[in-house]
Amino acid sequence: MPKMTMIEAIQSAHDTAMERDEKVVVYGEDVGFFGGVFRCTAGLQEKYGPTRCFDAPINESGIVGTAIGMAAYGLRPCVEIQFSDYVYPAYDQIVSEAARLRHRCAGDFTCPLVIRMPVGGGIFGGQTHSQSPEAVFTHVCGIKTVMPSNPYDAKGLLAAAIDDPDPVIFMEPKRLYNGPFDGHHENPVVPWREHELGEVPEGYYTLPLGKADIRRAGEAVTIIAYGTMVYVAEAAAAETGIDAEIIDLRTLLPLDLDTIVESVAKTGRCVIVHEATRTSGYGGELAMLVQEECFYHLEAPITRVTGWDTPYPHAQEWDYFPSPERVGRAMQQVMEA
Amino acid sequence: MSDYPPLTFNVPAPELRPGDTPDFSDVDIPRAGEARRPAVDVDPKDIRDLAFTIIRVMSRDGEAVGEWTCDLGDAELLEGMRHMMRLRAFDARMLMAQRQGKTSFYMQHLGEEAISCAFQRALQKGDMNFPTYRQAGLLIAQDYPLKTMMCQIYSNAEDPNHGRQLPIMYSSKEHGFFSISGNLATQYPQAVGWAMASAISNDTKIAAGWVGDGSTAESDVHAAIVFASTYKPPVILNIVNNQWAISTFQGIAKGESGTFAARGHGFGIPALRVDGNDYLAVYAVAQWAAERARRNLGPTLVEYVTYRAGGHSTSDDPSAYRPKEEGDAWPLGDPILRFKGYLIKKGIWSEERHVQTEAEIADEILTAQKEAEAIGTLSTGSGPSARDMFEDVFEEMPPHLIKQRQEAGY
Repeated sequence: MPKMTMIEAIQSAHDTAMERDEKVVVYGEDVGFFGGVFRCTAGLQEKYGPTRCFDAPINESGIVGTAIGMAAYGLRPCVEIQFSDYVYPAYDQIVSEAARLRHRCAGDFTCPLVIRMPVGGGIFGGQTHSQSPEAVFTHVCGIKTVMPSNPYDAKGLLAAAIDDPDPVIFMEPKRLYNGPFDGHHENPVVPWREHELGEVPEGYYTLPLGKADIRRAGEAVTIIAYGTMVYVAEAAAAETGIDAEIIDLRTLLPLDLDTIVESVAKTGRCVIVHEATRTSGYGGELAMLVQEECFYHLEAPITRVTGWDTPYPHAQEWDYFPSPERVGRAMQQVMEA
Repeated sequence: MSDYPPLTFNVPAPELRPGDTPDFSDVDIPRAGEARRPAVDVDPKDIRDLAFTIIRVMSRDGEAVGEWTCDLGDAELLEGMRHMMRLRAFDARMLMAQRQGKTSFYMQHLGEEAISCAFQRALQKGDMNFPTYRQAGLLIAQDYPLKTMMCQIYSNAEDPNHGRQLPIMYSSKEHGFFSISGNLATQYPQAVGWAMASAISNDTKIAAGWVGDGSTAESDVHAAIVFASTYKPPVILNIVNNQWAISTFQGIAKGESGTFAARGHGFGIPALRVDGNDYLAVYAVAQWAAERARRNLGPTLVEYVTYRAGGHSTSDDPSAYRPKEEGDAWPLGDPILRFKGYLIKKGIWSEERHVQTEAEIADEILTAQKEAEAIGTLSTGSGPSARDMFEDVFEEMPPHLIKQRQEAGY
């Protein structure tokens, strides 16, 4: 099986989707001739022509607004927002239009649309290239929110998102594009070709949206994570020696609550980790669900490790980024409670 | 210390406020027939003047004059009259129904009936409108069932939207009428995107986007025009300038110079300004723009100059911000009265037939209303089930919604 980076896997997901369905159209800023600033659409314009993969004006509400019109027509647009930090001009189109179209007209028109965007920090991107805005989308009814953590999942989940009959926000942790990252920024980058999840089938396959993955089975504590934080949690488990069960959510909405409940019922302890800011973050929702479903199994208060409630800093990146040490401390804390 | 005098801040204001005597003598109304009709493949820079004039066809004497005179036959003209009369009567009836508490809200078209009724004539089956809340004539002109419109307004059990939307936020894919949002101008880039999809698919269908004068200020309008100028999809970008955005006069959206149509110029998009109260002129301009779209010549921007003779909605009271008599003084007159004069002069209509048609339409609307109310109004009869509220959030209901529906007791 070929080895791919997450970028190559995402490119391959586009390629296989465009190959099998001529309704799939891909566009965004720098997406066409150049193939995207992260190269996730490289070669698509050459292969499928400029009417199916093209450059868009720098106008996010225009990119999403036109894509909604295309989806209503019957195409399957998959558009790129260059950084999730730039998605806010399109927020009205996403929240008021894409998310609610099916409901407001009882299915007369629908919106099968994928909006991809790189998220997260760890690349010295400062406040405008590092954000993790997943919670502003999970709060909206009518859209699905997906965040893969490795090449294999990225390809299968993106293929499923393009196939999905409803709008999907597809978030790509940019720090994972070229290799897994556990937060030890002083260490050399590990490339995906040395990781088992860098093995990606060349052909078409899908992974179901709404299904989490247990990345490490364990008995002592459940760690709920997604995106880059999956690897930070793995490092924390290895470094503390605590037998953690690590759940990679993969899809935030719809949420695979069953997998979470089964795990916490077993371990009785729960640490939630995300890179996004804390207040009203997705971790708050996860904690409430665990409390509702697992209260009588809990041996310790639920704890969360998150980015701080500050804009994502530049020079202080590693003071902001949830490190394996911080996650490890939280794990020890719930073990001792 | 600066040598310059202190800066001053400019806030445009309408010339007339309640209590003032309406006076539109400074509004330049070109004579009917004056504007030339260029070839549809004209270079946009050669018709810049058409964005500053007002294209008009019906003269004061009730005759169709000039190059924009169109080829509608007698039957089509009479049908057009009927559409406008039906829309006006429907509005009056539904306004009353709202006042009677049968629904929560209504928006009428008074004075603007010609625009959507005549425009629809230029479209074909399969084309798609992305309307605002004041283009029900697009449906009426296709003989969309009045009863179904009323069921939507009443949010009753036969509302095609299942009671999920405010009254008048219709949707009918079959009739080329995109689901109305209520969020202003979001439909404008969607119309462009739909047209892009048609071109990408090598289809023959065209799209029409609609926006009001006030909403042209939205960023989405800029987005739509940028994308339209870049990809040149088959789309007609309509701006209905009815002078008022709730209480805000059009000068707040546009500033005090230029026209809304002229905004197309910076983008190389042909722009026309037309008398929105002139059924024949609206149709002729729509036809011209549709022809451009069908011949792959790209987008056209059209400004319809009209006047919102009624309130913005049933929640609005225009007497608080503009003179009551302003509508009567509006120099472009009433679209139905003007068209009636034209048809009579043409010898195919009469005062008697007009009165008789009004009565027929009143009957037709009353019958539809009785049928709709037999199903239910917002407060009586049968409405959509509470259980149904959980449907269509997604195609397949996810576990958390199934759970919430159970929790709600449905």
